[in-house]
Amino acid sequence: MKDALVLVERFNAHPDSRCWHVAWNPTATLMASCGGDRAIRIWGKEGDSWKCLSVLQDGHQRTVRRVAWSPCGTYLASASFDATTCIWKKKNDDFECLTTLEGHENEVKCVTWAPSGNLLATCSRDKSVWVWEVDEEDEYECVTVINSHTQDVKLVVWHPTLELLASASYDNNICVYKEEDDDWECKATLEGHASTVWSLTFDPSGQRMASCSDDRTVKIWKCQNIEGPGDMSWKCVCTLSGFHERSVYDIAWCRLTGALVTACGDDGVRVFKEDPSADPDQPVFSLAAHVSKAHSQDVNCVAWNPKEGGVLATCSDNGEIAIWKYQDDHE
Amino acid sequence: MNMEEKELEVYDVIRSIRDPEKPNTLEELDVVTESCVEVRPLPGDEYLIIIKFSPTVPHCSLATLIGLCLQVKLQRCLPFKHKLEIYVSEGTHSTEEDINKQINDKERVAAAMENPDLREIVEQCVMEPDY
Repeated sequence: MKDALVLVERFNAHPDSRCWHVAWNPTATLMASCGGDRAIRIWGKEGDSWKCLSVLQDGHQRTVRRVAWSPCGTYLASASFDATTCIWKKKNDDFECLTTLEGHENEVKCVTWAPSGNLLATCSRDKSVWVWEVDEEDEYECVTVINSHTQDVKLVVWHPTLELLASASYDNNICVYKEEDDDWECKATLEGHASTVWSLTFDPSGQRMASCSDDRTVKIWKCQNIEGPGDMSWKCVCTLSGFHERSVYDIAWCRLTGALVTACGDDGVRVFKEDPSADPDQPVFSLAAHVSKAHSQDVNCVAWNPKEGGVLATCSDNGEIAIWKYQDDHE
Repeated sequence: MNMEEKELEVYDVIRSIRDPEKPNTLEELDVVTESCVEVRPLPGDEYLIIIKFSPTVPHCSLATLIGLCLQVKLQRCLPFKHKLEIYVSEGTHSTEEDINKQINDKERVAAAMENPDLREIVEQCVMEPDY
């Protein structure tokens, strides 16, 4: 392990509460964070440091669990334990609440925009995944409710290029969905984790997924026939165990460099790099950098800067956001 | 490094938690005992606390409620840096695994504490006695 993860900046984002999630906007000029204080905060760069540009306090009645930027960067969606999802529209430096999506029976755990910008997916403790369509008049309509999981759904994520959705659940499984005949269906169920799957991320090519779990492992999954008609077949081609001391809450695959980063309940952040000479059906990942006390409490989220390779944002139960630079020894 | 002191510190926090249904503390009902607390050192001046409690009744929701009370009170009252694992002691419950999973899922715990009815019960149970 010769590479390093260097701290660039650290600041308190959500005073006296957990910061659950942090997300870069598509141009990486802003970040949005959310937390147990029921607020969403928008951050912008002022010289060398990050400053809070706006606090969206009145959108939700309970914890805001996740925020997601639309691909065009004009809209922000927020998912809350109050069972709703808010859609915010950027107006100069501020955001105004456009609409509130209701329907889930209890806590919404995740919201995510499809790369096309026309679809949104949400998931909830009510075990369902909802797909929403947005039209040119900013009208949102639920087009499908999918009930493939038997427990709390923790996360939904879209494929980077295809109209394909994946979800991670408390039932220890991952489901992959495709649209067939105007209806979304679960086309594959990935079993293998021994406990709750907290997060999922697609690799830059979209051929593989990495998942992380309460079972303290990371799994890499590869698909034969991801685009084709008929069933997809996913196989677990690699399991990273023995690296994380506690639950792994988040994982992110860098679109620019291919590096994998995890957020762990042992307060650590770890970067894994793939061995370029390994058999693609038996990939080998090694720990390239590790900060054991990235925060003084659990790390909940990791997000690669979409424009600047090697730059990473993390957030924690201690309410902080930290920015890191991953320095590859070979650069 | 003496873990017994730490274990006693932890036990002192949980012994006076009131049972959600009966007018007794968890200690009085033997739901928790001194020996049900284990403390292990973690790197960086932090400690792993493992608690195994025995609910009096095989009622699932009561066991998760007790687990929630333990989580909340320890999070609030322990003065030293810690990670927490709370389990229903083996053989005391038919759906142990389910209960243990729920109690140790911090997202589920956080959401439960935002439910006003559940929160009210928990606050009553963890409230320090007035004497």
